[in-house]
Amino acid sequence: MKVRLGVVALYLALIIGALLSLGPMLWMLAASFMPTGEANTYPPRLLPSAPTLEHYRDLFTRLSLGRNLLNSAIVALTVTGLSLLINSMAGYALAKLRFRFRDRLFRGLSTGLLLPVQVSMLPLFLMFKELGLINTYWGVIVPSLASIFGIFLIRQYTLALPDDLLDAARIDGASELRIYWSVALPVIRPILATIAIWTFLTTWNDFMWPLIVLSDESKYTLPVALANLSGEHVQDTELMMAGAVITVLPVMLAFLFLQRYYIQGVMAGSVKG
Amino acid sequence: MKAPTSAEQGGAAWLFLTPALALIGLFFFLPVAASFLLSFTDFDIYAIADLANVRLVGLRNYTRLLESPIFWVALKNTFYFVLVGGPLTMAVSLGAALLVNAKLVRFKSLFRTLYFAPFITTLVAVAIVWRYLYHRQYGLVNYALGTVGIHPIDWLGDPHWAMPAIILLAVWKNFGYNMLIFIAGLQAIPEELYEAAYLDGAGPWRRFRHVTLPMLGPTLLFVSLITMIGFFQLFAEPYVMTQGGPLRSTTSLVLLMYEEGFRWWRMGYAAAVTFVLFVVILIFMLLQRRLRQGEAT
Repeated sequence: MKVRLGVVALYLALIIGALLSLGPMLWMLAASFMPTGEANTYPPRLLPSAPTLEHYRDLFTRLSLGRNLLNSAIVALTVTGLSLLINSMAGYALAKLRFRFRDRLFRGLSTGLLLPVQVSMLPLFLMFKELGLINTYWGVIVPSLASIFGIFLIRQYTLALPDDLLDAARIDGASELRIYWSVALPVIRPILATIAIWTFLTTWNDFMWPLIVLSDESKYTLPVALANLSGEHVQDTELMMAGAVITVLPVMLAFLFLQRYYIQGVMAGSVKG
Repeated sequence: MKAPTSAEQGGAAWLFLTPALALIGLFFFLPVAASFLLSFTDFDIYAIADLANVRLVGLRNYTRLLESPIFWVALKNTFYFVLVGGPLTMAVSLGAALLVNAKLVRFKSLFRTLYFAPFITTLVAVAIVWRYLYHRQYGLVNYALGTVGIHPIDWLGDPHWAMPAIILLAVWKNFGYNMLIFIAGLQAIPEELYEAAYLDGAGPWRRFRHVTLPMLGPTLLFVSLITMIGFFQLFAEPYVMTQGGPLRSTTSLVLLMYEEGFRWWRMGYAAAVTFVLFVVILIFMLLQRRLRQGEAT
């Protein structure tokens, strides 16, 4: 009897927790379908009286948020693809190739983990101004292309790759590039999948640097466009909620389909610290 | 035949490393160093127009910073956010991990996913959602509080409540990530330890206190470190929800840096702000390390 009561209490707590963690998103979704003004009533409505798509239509036609959706997709996918290549090459070299200064280089890079990224932003802006990268996609993309954290994660994972495997390929006459591409990469695929999802989500959600570097509304990524919109349309609750749904939905879907890799990656990678 | 020597590997290694090192060097380490120099100059909007207008001013940016009341307010707010929000996030994460990981619970992975979901959402989007949830009159938060007899709170309009409101959002957004790490840590604790404690007559609280907490110790320190470093960089929440107000009560160091550097183009001064942020985080990490070493001995 006591055990059963305990189980009921446990599930009750779990369900209340789940409602608290999903509640804001469920309300966002519901409010995005409400007719104008319905989200600002007392007592608050939880469901739309007559669901409407007018806010979504408004966003995609009058406010051309589709453009920003496309910008976000271009930036996030480019960063994900290129950084995967760049970081995996560096991580593999640090883990498996013997060369002078390797340990010193590793230590040098790890000091970078102590530096908050904001420290680099002011000169980076001035530098990009000289290079003509302000208000361009590349201006957003370039600083995210190589990540010390990503390199370290890949290095950590690649260390477990048996050296015999690589040496066997060398004896067969394979070039170092070929060994990296055909021997190492297929084996470290799980960590690459994890990092790919991680990179996509963080790039998609990134706000401060795109806010600094982009000045043209047609160039804005979704978070920047949304923040900008919320200044002008602060009263249009339902419209803003539709905008929030459009921003969050792609990452949510990506996460739901690929969560297996992502959750395992977080749990495995961080325990090693 | 012998495997090629390390000299050949060395050549390949630098080839593999060049793109990453060039990018990190040029677009991270170099700007960081430049930022340090920048903080000793009077770089402002005139300098952006013509670099000839830049002058070295020694420590003047730093002395002006220390004399500026807004800087001290931003520093205080940042510490408030880190020192209250950080531990609160840790506590909620640990609680959630214990709940999800409880032996009697089925559907563990479902709950794990549901609790993790807020972490992957776009901060700007959910900050806007929460701004409406916090609405004094129509918001769901005040409505829920009203059902248990609490009077409406002007969450984002009252200087005393704006930071707590942002902290609650941050806890909601971030606890799922730490929870995952805690679950992994909990699963690594050998079952025999609990059985031994049980046989010694230890109740649930004492088992938690004397088995779970010590075994989780290193994970706890690691997680609190990364959580707090992240929290020191508070920016998007106040930018979107309060613009640093009301009465500067939610202006953080990074928001101050953004406003000074990118709104008023006082870049020398803003660079000094980022270095203060860096030093604060560094001191914090050194303290943490000392704590960890104290724990080990």
